[in-house]
Amino acid sequence: MDFSNFLLMGQEIGLIVVFLLLFSYDIIGSEQSKNRWFHLIACIEFAILTIWGFVSPLPAGEAFGGMFVTSDLTVLMKNILNIATLIVFLQAYSWLNKENPVRRSEFFTITLVTLLGMYLMISAGNFMMLYIGMETASLPMACLAAFNKHKEKSAEAGVKYVLISALSSGIMLFGLSFLYGALGSFYFSDLTLNVVGEPLTILGFVFFLGGLGFKLSLVPFHLWTADVYEGAPTNVTAYLSVVSKGAAAFALIFVLYKVFGGIEVVWQHILWWLSVITITLGNLFAIRQTDIKRFFAFSSISQAGYILLGIIAGNAQGMEATVYFIFVYLFSNLAAFAVISAVEHASKGNTSIAAFNGLYNNNPKLALLMTFAVFSLGGIPPFAGFFSKFLIFMAAGSVGQYLLVFIALLNTVISLFYYLLIVKAMFIKKGESDAVAHFSSDIYNRISMLICLLGIFATGILWGVFSEQYF
Amino acid sequence: MEYSLFILVAPFFLFLVLGLLGMKMKPKVAGIIGTIGMGLCAICAYTVAYQYFFQTGKVGEVWQQIIPLNFEWLRFTENLHIDLGILLDPISVMMLVVITTVSLMVHIYSLGYMHGETGFQRYYALLSLFSFSMLGLVVATNIFQMYIFWELVGVSSYSLIGFYYTKPSAVSASKKAFIVTRFADLGFLIGILILSYYTKTFDFGTLTANHAELVTTSLAGGTFMGLSLATWALTLIFMGGAGKSAMFPLHIWLPDAMEGPTPVSALIHAATMVVAGVFLVARLFPVYFFAAPDVLELIAYVGTFTALFAAVIAITQTDIKRVLAFSTISQIAYMMVALGVSDYGGHDGLGYMASMFHLFTHAFFKALLFLGAGSVIHAVHSNEMSQMGNLRKYMPITNITFAIACLAIAGIPPFSGFFSKDEILAAAFHNHPLIFWTLWAVAGLTAFYMWRLYYCIFWNTPKGDLAAEHSADSNSLQGVGGHHHTPHESPWTMAAPLIILAVFSVFSGLIPFADFISSDNRPFHAHIDWVVASLSIGVGVIGIAIATVLYLKKSDKPAEIAQSLGVFYKAALHKFYLDEVWMWVTQTVIFKYICMPIAWFDRHIIDAAMNGLAWTTQKSADSVKGLQSGQVQFYAWVFVAGSILIAVLVLFT
Repeated sequence: MDFSNFLLMGQEIGLIVVFLLLFSYDIIGSEQSKNRWFHLIACIEFAILTIWGFVSPLPAGEAFGGMFVTSDLTVLMKNILNIATLIVFLQAYSWLNKENPVRRSEFFTITLVTLLGMYLMISAGNFMMLYIGMETASLPMACLAAFNKHKEKSAEAGVKYVLISALSSGIMLFGLSFLYGALGSFYFSDLTLNVVGEPLTILGFVFFLGGLGFKLSLVPFHLWTADVYEGAPTNVTAYLSVVSKGAAAFALIFVLYKVFGGIEVVWQHILWWLSVITITLGNLFAIRQTDIKRFFAFSSISQAGYILLGIIAGNAQGMEATVYFIFVYLFSNLAAFAVISAVEHASKGNTSIAAFNGLYNNNPKLALLMTFAVFSLGGIPPFAGFFSKFLIFMAAGSVGQYLLVFIALLNTVISLFYYLLIVKAMFIKKGESDAVAHFSSDIYNRISMLICLLGIFATGILWGVFSEQYF
Repeated sequence: MEYSLFILVAPFFLFLVLGLLGMKMKPKVAGIIGTIGMGLCAICAYTVAYQYFFQTGKVGEVWQQIIPLNFEWLRFTENLHIDLGILLDPISVMMLVVITTVSLMVHIYSLGYMHGETGFQRYYALLSLFSFSMLGLVVATNIFQMYIFWELVGVSSYSLIGFYYTKPSAVSASKKAFIVTRFADLGFLIGILILSYYTKTFDFGTLTANHAELVTTSLAGGTFMGLSLATWALTLIFMGGAGKSAMFPLHIWLPDAMEGPTPVSALIHAATMVVAGVFLVARLFPVYFFAAPDVLELIAYVGTFTALFAAVIAITQTDIKRVLAFSTISQIAYMMVALGVSDYGGHDGLGYMASMFHLFTHAFFKALLFLGAGSVIHAVHSNEMSQMGNLRKYMPITNITFAIACLAIAGIPPFSGFFSKDEILAAAFHNHPLIFWTLWAVAGLTAFYMWRLYYCIFWNTPKGDLAAEHSADSNSLQGVGGHHHTPHESPWTMAAPLIILAVFSVFSGLIPFADFISSDNRPFHAHIDWVVASLSIGVGVIGIAIATVLYLKKSDKPAEIAQSLGVFYKAALHKFYLDEVWMWVTQTVIFKYICMPIAWFDRHIIDAAMNGLAWTTQKSADSVKGLQSGQVQFYAWVFVAGSILIAVLVLFT
């Protein structure tokens, strides 16, 4: 075996190093020093990893006989996941240090393991690798969802996640066995040439899609989303809604473009319907929510539908639009979660939308950030979300999917309605007795908010730079 | 020359800092930060200009177009994309110098003039925003970038004109300025779209290359309503320019815009924003000349008429800032005419050079006039000529610098206006006798009304009751506020910019402009045409002489003459009733026959569709709520059933 193969796994190895460092510190360090430094060190180490991913020239190529593939694009995707994870780490400070100081390090190590799984999903060159990556990402995720195990809802979220995850794995493996049976290989490079519209292949593909659809929370594989998002700790919800979803979308892009390019017509047809019902149902449910975390669960379902819109294009433009969409979505959604986690903490665990009533009066900066975040999610210029939606629509339009774009546009109008409900709560429903009093967030969360704010503005205006760099 | 980016970044950064943190600073600190920032920006612009004109700009005998920075911002198709970048060529570098200089003067001047005003920090933030937009406009590498900054200029000037937002007249003036220029910009936008649809590019370099070959070939053959497509596109683009540059009949916003603070008038309505239209035409000059010479002809005639029209109105106005406003319209029209009568290449392109030359000199002496007027207003607290007179004793610096500016605009050698105006007249002289003689007459009118203004402020004693009061207590004047005090010279922050601009106004005419700026970017030799020069000096001297006879001392002669002109005088005084005509057009025609049906459509069709959507959404949201039951076995069932359903649908359809 040629050890130079490991050179290609720079980011994975870096991640494992960070993991090991934190893990050792957790074992060796005294309780006192950990209380003081652990969070800071974890954030700094991860920030270094993130920056390193951007600045160091990472080689492209295949390792382990095509099992593991890396390219500029996978590096970019992992960097995007890194940024999001870093922001989640920053946001978790209050939660971990006030409520769970003993189990603080568990959160970091478990999260890093899921992230490693997602790296493998993105870099997979073989369905087995993809499957292992997915399992590595899913099982610890259930632990994260059940992290507040003394709370009934959190435990319920963990159980639901693990059950549905097991089911989806089963269905996915079922699909993969069909593919193997039909084509005799799991390597993407072998399959590319052989995938034609045979019924067995298509059947295999559909079941495989069910497995990924679970991670992306596409309708009808989405029903777990709301319960898990609501029950899981807020920061875990943020991680689920951005990082986990982003990784699944990236993996889906590669699989669809690389492996199933031969049956593009078939999957475009499936995705067309999935995206329409995902966006629509996500919106319909979002309207009725009274809990902010459930609300964002459905909002993220509907956003997943928009991601499909970009993927449908099936060309380079669609790929660029999708990656960019997720990049922007990361900042917008995490900005919202920064505010949610701050408000939840200040209001002693209240996650109803009513907790946001009159937020502008006492905490104007938080209210403004939330407004920017939902405007960006809704796609209002000049926020980045407008540009990313615009590109997604352009990509879908470029292959003639005008009806789909029209339906998505109608849904954008609906989504604006429920996003504005939050703005209305914050700005108009003032003077009620239950308004959260003025408070200041911890410094970590403030940094995360600043990063998100910059992201919401800068990524929109500077997307030309982004696009020149990578596409 | 990558550092030229600093010229753009600095004002924008200042805008952010002053806009966001301004309220936490003392007003004075905010003002000084803004001024220093603008100073650095100006130094940077001078360095760029020095490097460009004396070191790197000229290769062989041709001025180069240097693009130190450019990046793709929005890509629509392979060919059609919007870039943002910096384009340095003779006219944009010249504009950088003009804008930063005048802007810096205005920054310094405002420290004194705006002292103690509420919203001082906001004022400086807006000045920075305006400077940023204007600088971005002139260095634009493509027509769409120019359009973006063009609109930014519109927005920032809107907020500056309406700076005194508690004053209803200022509010309506700012709205008027915004709406009129927006209306013109609609034409501009359509023009851009037509042009780029056919040429598949926004880039100035590509559009103007090889005698605008791309435009002439790609728009060839298409006609619409009897006119060629190129004519349509370029006329519409000119419409945008005419709006910003206040050409007849879109000039109506400029006089009203005088409601803004006076330094703002100096910056926006003298030196920078109003010349954007001229700059636009100059930027696209090869396109105009080769693709649509008929539009150039139109520009010449529109300009000529505007010049005359505004000069006639200027004679009758009594508000000193309005006189200056109409004189600005008239002078900008001069520049437009110069472009309109110009040919391409070498000495034939004299008009192009003259236009840019006049833009350059006019910026300084007109800014000086406005700042001088501001100084006077600061002293007597009124805009009305009748409230002034005899101020020369009290305000010597203002008096002398104002006189210099008046000599410059009247075209008396060796002041700067003489040289640039002479080139414009010379350019018109050979090709268009009618235009030449009209401009010649306008030059006389200009000298006359400027010196009328000068005498009324600094010499002529106040009329009527005030005069009596004045003789009783010869050291006092009555201000608008009703308080008595002696007018006095302005503080040094206001006097220094006057002196600096006066120096520019005297000497800027001596620059051999033809060596730097020409229609085909090749230097040529321009000389003073003495026939034209003596004609223009003559008419200037006559104008000044008549003004001296009528206004040096207080007399009834002007009133008698006005009386004898009767209706014509009254019409000119009311600006030929154009405001009323526009009012009638908008209210009766546009509101009634266009807006009302649209409003009906909006309320009954669009709104109904949206309400229908909302209703449907609400109903469907109600009906699907059972799906989210919370039971995990049901979720699993849906999961599996969904997968199978999809498989079945795909396989059997």
